[in-house]
Amino acid sequence: MEHYISMFIRAVFIENLALSFFLGMCTFLAVSKKVTTAFGLGVAVIVVLGLSVPAGNLVNTYILSPGALGWAGFPDADLSFLRFLTFIGIIAALVQVLEMALDKYLPSLYNALGIFLPLITVNCAIFGGVLFMVERDYNFGESVVYGIGSGVGWALAITLLAAVREKLKYADIPDGLRGLGITFISTGLIGLGFMSFSGVSL
Amino acid sequence: MALSKKVKDTLFGPILENNPIALQILGVCSALAVTSSMDKTLVMCIALTFVTAMSNFSISLVRNYIPSSVRIIVQMTIIASLVIVVDQFLQAFAYGIAQELSVFVGLIITNCIVMGRAEAFAMKESPGLSFLDGIGNGLGYSAVLLIVGFIRELFGSGSLFGYQIMSLVTDGGWYTPVGLLVMPPSAFFIIGGLIWIIRTYRPNQVEAKEV
Repeated sequence: MEHYISMFIRAVFIENLALSFFLGMCTFLAVSKKVTTAFGLGVAVIVVLGLSVPAGNLVNTYILSPGALGWAGFPDADLSFLRFLTFIGIIAALVQVLEMALDKYLPSLYNALGIFLPLITVNCAIFGGVLFMVERDYNFGESVVYGIGSGVGWALAITLLAAVREKLKYADIPDGLRGLGITFISTGLIGLGFMSFSGVSL
Repeated sequence: MALSKKVKDTLFGPILENNPIALQILGVCSALAVTSSMDKTLVMCIALTFVTAMSNFSISLVRNYIPSSVRIIVQMTIIASLVIVVDQFLQAFAYGIAQELSVFVGLIITNCIVMGRAEAFAMKESPGLSFLDGIGNGLGYSAVLLIVGFIRELFGSGSLFGYQIMSLVTDGGWYTPVGLLVMPPSAFFIIGGLIWIIRTYRPNQVEAKEV
């Protein structure tokens, strides 16, 4: 249990996907103008990451990694070169299914998250999370914790940035920096803040 | 060879006038983490330029045969296949760098520049022009990345492409490295600064004040 808790904290604060790996930056910068929308997107990312990382883990363990097809009678098969293509497919399919399920059973949530779901398919944070899971050889339990943890970290970062940007509207910023420039710099400052967690060892 | 104006605009426009990172906010995603040293940056730039150009070219070739309802999936498949080629190539011929770049080669698939150009340009224009557009956008991306990588490696660890340019204090030299530049957040400050510089010289890119 301790192992999982420390992994969760590590994924949320120390190895924050957005602030220390720069993943999901396009949406991160584009959808962080208002706290409410940013939070909605954050929740959607948590859900999708929490589902797609374990799903990717299962597919990787039982189909793609070298020798994984032993149960089907192909112990020599190595399909690991198909990883990228398969994972993108899994993510796209999951998002699609999630969208239809939400539309049917939880229309209110669908209305809140609906516009963000298609955006998430091409969000590098999701794909990056899945690839990190493969690279670090997580088992199934770890991948569930990592998926949710990194999602929470991303959501936290985008909500924080949106809050800062809402206040920035009242600031008198030099012309050339207005908009994108100052957003980059404030993201950098938030990132510096998060760096202070890196000394925390669990 | 005389280049027509359109060809020139397609190829060189994205470098300064319409830079994918500084103006279109595309492809910042996987870009910044690889800029801590020049050799990683260079490999990443070449890989991305190759993928963008080739995907633009192939998508433009088949653009009239793709039903618009499934176009995203088709584009994704083409891009993912190209990235697999690049990844396998790097694993075979530059294993050390491939290890250092880790997941970021794979992340070219979700890089918004590739998708964005495929969707915005290659679906409408001829294969030749699309190819040039891919190269141009790849170069625009590379220009920003190389500048950031240059600043970060030179001042962060006193070296370029791994060769020591300025001798460090720890080795008995004179240069005290700026520790901040080795850390991820510095890339944000440098890009923010670059945007400021570009927009000072091209005031038409300045964003309107929010009301």
